[in-house]
Amino acid sequence: MSLLDFFRTTKPSTASAAKERLQIIVAERRQQGEALPAYLPQLKKDILEVLAKYVNADPNMVKISLEHSDDNLSVLELNVTLPDDDESA
Amino acid sequence: MARIIVVTSGKGGVGKTTSSAAIASGLALAGHKTAVIDFDIGLRNLDLILGCERRVVYDFVNVLNGEASLQQALIKDKRSENLFILPASQTRDKDALTMEGVQQVLSELDQLGFEFVICDSPAGIEHGAMMALYFADEAIITTNPEVSSVRDSDRILGILDAKSKRAEKGLEPVKQHLLITRYNPSRVDAGEMLSVDDILEILNIPLLGVIPESQSVLNASNKGVPVVFEEQADAGQAYQDAVARLVGEDKPMRYVKAEKKSLLKRIFGG
Repeated sequence: MSLLDFFRTTKPSTASAAKERLQIIVAERRQQGEALPAYLPQLKKDILEVLAKYVNADPNMVKISLEHSDDNLSVLELNVTLPDDDESA
Repeated sequence: MARIIVVTSGKGGVGKTTSSAAIASGLALAGHKTAVIDFDIGLRNLDLILGCERRVVYDFVNVLNGEASLQQALIKDKRSENLFILPASQTRDKDALTMEGVQQVLSELDQLGFEFVICDSPAGIEHGAMMALYFADEAIITTNPEVSSVRDSDRILGILDAKSKRAEKGLEPVKQHLLITRYNPSRVDAGEMLSVDDILEILNIPLLGVIPESQSVLNASNKGVPVVFEEQADAGQAYQDAVARLVGEDKPMRYVKAEKKSLLKRIFGG
C-alpha cells in the first residue's frame, strides 16, 4: 500500500463479497445436484412393515426427508404419525 | 494400469493447456512414461505450448478414424524421452470423438506401458469436455481465484460425480485435485482476491498446488517450452511441487504469501 492509499478511506474487501456470493450459489447447486439416495423408498417400506406388526400402519404415517446442511453433514429426518389411541387399542 | 488424469475447469482461459503441458512434462522429467492428449478438437494448442507444432503429422482424429496408428500419431517430446503428445486435429468435426474410439486409444496407451495419461480438456461442458473426463480416474480442477472460474469448477465437480464412467458404473469416485492458477498473494492480502482458504472452503476438495500469477508463464508459452522447465521461475517451481504431490510426495506450498516489500516501495507504491 502506498502513502497515498494510506490517506484514502479503506474500502470493504471485495474478496469477502465474492466468497459470500459463491458460497450461496454453490450450496444451491449442491442441493439440486444431489438426488435423494435410492434406498429411501425401500427404507420407508421396511419401516412401515415393522410398524404394521404393532399398529395399523398407513403409508402416510411415515415421512422421510434427507437434508444436506453444512459441509459434511446430512440429516435424515423421520416423522411417524401414530394413529389415535382408540383405533390402535 | 495407467493413471488417467483429466485437466479440466469448465471455464476457458484459466490455464488447462499450460497446466497439462507443465504437469505432463514434470511427470516425464521425474521418470514416468507419460502421454498427454489434446481433446480440444478443432482448436488444438497443446502442440504449440509444448513446442512441437511443426512435427504434427497425424492427429487424435486420424487415429480414431483408423487413418493412422496410435504409434504414428504420437509425437515424442524433444526434451524428455518419457513424454509423448497426441495432438488434436485442427480441422475436423468433434463428433469424431466417440466413446468407443477414446476407450480404444486409452487402452492401447495402457498396453504400451504408459504410467500416466493426461487428458487436456476443452473449455465448456460440451461433447469434447465430456469425452475428456468420462474415462478419468482422477481430475485436476484448474481454477482461477475469481468468481466465474470457481462457480464453473463447482459445476464440473458435479458433472464428474454424476456423468463420469466411474459414477455411472458405481465405481470408486473420480479422485479430485484442486489446482489454483494465476494466484496473486498481494492482491489476496489487499482483500481483492479470493484466498486459497476461501476457494478450498467453497469447493471442498484436496489442494494439489497453487501456481502464482507469473510472467514466466507467458515467456514459456512464447518459446514453446513448458513452464516447468523454467527452474528458476516461481511458476515453474510451483508446478514441480504439484507434480511431486501427484506422485505422493509431501511438499509445502510455496508462493502463497506475499513477498515483503522494501520500505521505499511501501512509501512510493509499486
